[in-house]
Amino acid sequence: MRKPFVRPMTGWWRRDPYFVRYMWREATALAVAAYAVVLMVGVWRLAQGQAAFDGWLQALRSWPSIVLHLVLLAAMVLHAVSWFEIMPKTMPMLFLGGERVAAATITRAGLAAAAAAALALLAVAWMLRP
Amino acid sequence: MKTIPIEVLRYRPEQDGEPWWQRFELPYTDDMSVLQGLLAIKDDFDGSLSFRWSCRMAICGSCGVMIDGKPRLGCKTFLRDYAPGGLRVEPLAHFPIERDLVVDIGDFIGKLQRILPYIVPKEPRTLEQGEYLQTPRELEFFEQYSSCINCLLCYSACPQYGLNDKFVGPAALSLLHRYNADSRDGARQERMQLVNAKEGVWTCTAVGYCSEVCPKGVDPANAVNQNKVASAKDYFLRFVAPKGADR
Repeated sequence: MRKPFVRPMTGWWRRDPYFVRYMWREATALAVAAYAVVLMVGVWRLAQGQAAFDGWLQALRSWPSIVLHLVLLAAMVLHAVSWFEIMPKTMPMLFLGGERVAAATITRAGLAAAAAAALALLAVAWMLRP
Repeated sequence: MKTIPIEVLRYRPEQDGEPWWQRFELPYTDDMSVLQGLLAIKDDFDGSLSFRWSCRMAICGSCGVMIDGKPRLGCKTFLRDYAPGGLRVEPLAHFPIERDLVVDIGDFIGKLQRILPYIVPKEPRTLEQGEYLQTPRELEFFEQYSSCINCLLCYSACPQYGLNDKFVGPAALSLLHRYNADSRDGARQERMQLVNAKEGVWTCTAVGYCSEVCPKGVDPANAVNQNKVASAKDYFLRFVAPKGADR
């Protein structure tokens, strides 16, 4: 007698730490979007004139804003690290000097490029400070 | 002889409404695999326990089960690594349970047929013309994907397949890629229809766990995601090359 039993998928993402980590990677995309909104509000306030823009800058210096920035920074670091970890799996095979480039090398190169871009941005911001 | 507690998920369609855990205190030695443990249970404790197995050396792909919630080959996992706490063995996740540790893999077999899992020669050659030659690089493009043993651990690691069994899934798409990436093959256009379809590569969300659990180093996530690039090229290049983009 056949009576196949189908198991439910409820709570599947809690079943394995690997899935929990995957869900965090996907969820931190919302933090990236949230920060884009913060920056867009800045552009919108700038269009309204000097006083509005200064108000926005002032709001950024408040402690709720600093806490928000720390949370968003942590989320973005997690987002970047988890995506660079999966990056080698998403790419066509790469060959350098006849040898296939190792997955770990691709991940490290991605992380190094992200770190370099962040440092370059910080350097530019430092040079442009009033 | 030392013993280890082992819990096995049982399901007998004739008498059980749903699966239940059966516990055994199994005598074992350090060189015993989980598969050997199941065989010992069947021999010495409960002859009604059903499970699939054949080669005992990670080649046939029959003995895939969930061990402590992770998809693994029973023959490639050792009881000693779960001592003294013990382990839980259940059928591969995301497949209907047929009986005990046996799952219904008919869905996968159907998908395997759909991907044309054989070489369709690009240019037919006669015996007199000799063999099809390939460079080491051409071999490297598909070799790892040809190591698949159809054990289906990757399907049990794929939540997208668990949520939607229309998804062609990691192993079938890796094998599809194995033939599409072969310089001797000429059926790429036909297979691309399946790659591009809704149940093709775009159902994958790059969880990546399929590649972690693969016992043969196939890296199915890489095969699937390379084909997202191929699928995107196929879509856009049809405007400039009406017959579709060649590789």
